[in-house]
Amino acid sequence: MQFRHFIGATAVALALPVAAAAQTVIGVSIPAATHGWAGGMNFHTREAIERLEATYSDLDFVLATASDPGKQVNDIEDMVATRNIDALVVLPFESEPLTGPVKRVKESGAWVTVIDRGLSEDGIEDLYVAGDNPGFGRVAGEYFVEQMPDGGNIVVLRGIPTTIDNERVEAFQAAIEGSGIEILDMEHGNWNRDDAFTVMQDFLSKYPDIDAVWASDDDMAVGVLAAIDQADRSDEMWVLGGAGMKEMIKRLVDGDTDMVPANVTYPPSMAATAIELTALNYVSNAPVSGDFIIGSVLITPENAEKYYYPDSPF
Amino acid sequence: MANVTANTARRGGLRVDIRVLGPIVALIALVIVGALMNANFLSYGNVTNVLARSAFIGIIAVGMTFVITAGGLDLSVGSMAAFIAGVMILVMNALIPTFGISWAVILLGMATSLIVGMAAGLFNGLLITKARIEAFIVTLGSMGIFRSLVTWLADGGTISLDFEMRELYRPVYYDGILGVAWPIIVFAVVAILGEIAMRHTSFGRHCAAIGSNEQVARFSAVHVDRVRAATYVLLGILVGLATIMYVPRLGSASSSTGVLWELEAIAAVIIGGTVLKGGFGRVWGTVVGVLILSLIGNILNLTDLVSPYLNGAIQGVIIILAVVLQRQKKADR
Repeated sequence: MQFRHFIGATAVALALPVAAAAQTVIGVSIPAATHGWAGGMNFHTREAIERLEATYSDLDFVLATASDPGKQVNDIEDMVATRNIDALVVLPFESEPLTGPVKRVKESGAWVTVIDRGLSEDGIEDLYVAGDNPGFGRVAGEYFVEQMPDGGNIVVLRGIPTTIDNERVEAFQAAIEGSGIEILDMEHGNWNRDDAFTVMQDFLSKYPDIDAVWASDDDMAVGVLAAIDQADRSDEMWVLGGAGMKEMIKRLVDGDTDMVPANVTYPPSMAATAIELTALNYVSNAPVSGDFIIGSVLITPENAEKYYYPDSPF
Repeated sequence: MANVTANTARRGGLRVDIRVLGPIVALIALVIVGALMNANFLSYGNVTNVLARSAFIGIIAVGMTFVITAGGLDLSVGSMAAFIAGVMILVMNALIPTFGISWAVILLGMATSLIVGMAAGLFNGLLITKARIEAFIVTLGSMGIFRSLVTWLADGGTISLDFEMRELYRPVYYDGILGVAWPIIVFAVVAILGEIAMRHTSFGRHCAAIGSNEQVARFSAVHVDRVRAATYVLLGILVGLATIMYVPRLGSASSSTGVLWELEAIAAVIIGGTVLKGGFGRVWGTVVGVLILSLIGNILNLTDLVSPYLNGAIQGVIIILAVVLQRQKKADR
């Protein structure tokens, strides 16, 4: 895996100096693979770039991954200064610090595509591609209502305290309102396996009667499942994660649904969508400006095969 | 030299004051608060959970006590744990075709973990003693190196242990003897050996001597570089040992493994009464410090007193309070 990754990176690096003028240069700036979802996003980004470069000889891509907002600003400035990019596809690390630099890119006349995290000022980007966070919470909530027609007790693990997390949880709460489902407790598991394990252990000590868990993320679901298994309470409850980690989707494909009966997508491949749409702007007449919101879909054993990417790290 | 350290030790021992009792009082207070707030707090299950999850940080913090006592610091332990876990899982997965699903693979994995930990500690130790670079800078650098390496090994994702292997290895975290889980037993043994090493061996006394005055220690024929490097090697081995306990828990390692463990370990050491500038270390204090930190998290999870957003703030206040109590007494002196 690493080796192929290395070859891919070398191929991109070698291709750069060769590319002659009159090429369209598209800069891609995304956060580094510091957690599972971002790892998947990096994978799909590299794959999309390889595919497009092979298909269209007059498209040229510059990819930079940043481990913090400061580095990402530097990357973007470098792209403008040294590569004279015609378009920028950016997944901002944080909205606030990136708004200014991306705005300057726009003012230089380049096309701007923003992925997932919106900038803090409206109207900068030409194209906005994002996942549907309220939808993510709503689909999960509706699944709980469907599975628990008589109501019941659930606990909720939340992500890192952010707008994304708030939107998801608010939509979830709205979806289960009046259904008789009671949220016993909510705690932040920070989209992290270890934190989720600890929080779930404590939930299990605190509440003798839990019917289901909304882990709200597949990494957290891994920790939650281990804690439930340790307490030997697997018979009592089921768990809904989210984001479509391949190990979890594999369970659905295999029909192993006792503990994890479904999943809700929040596809890391949205980066590929954004890059493909941006490329379309240069190779076709198809209009692509506007907002493109990728809906969150419920994955069940019936449609799981479609969402299973065995090669992706996520 | 022997006189210097003996005096330091006696001064700490004779005064049974708040400096010594502070952490214990805080621990007892937390236990009482916890028991009053939730009936399940003192249940067997919860006590086991808290002690077992303390074991990783605890085992590391015992090693950190020696490093800090000798006037050093190691910021790389969290990343090191993630890196060791990654290498260990990859080695075990690679050995399965040869040895099958067997304890041989687990034992080789454990050996890998200890060896990689020792090598990582030696790397830090040699750079600090031979290249004469500040410990803070060396370990800040190796923190980045280990964290990047595990991200690279995992290709940005998660390294997972083979499922059947995990089932075999699982008891190392979840089972134990007479109802006491293995991580708790290992933590206790490490703590007791650490306490003995700190108080009753020349290694422990040399650490304190180097931490209080390196020049004097050198003139007193202490092998300063050798002892100092040994503290980092010891810490590396203990990180390896902690990883052996960590891997069977979730059977995976990723770039988010062990984030901020270094700060938790350092905080536990300081809460326990070890002096951050070096020269005086107290292993049993470190154990109390680790338990205090775990209990705060546990109690906050078990009650609904404060918003979960404030968990970090409460931990911060308690860390500062613990140190303030100790420092005040010192100033009085």
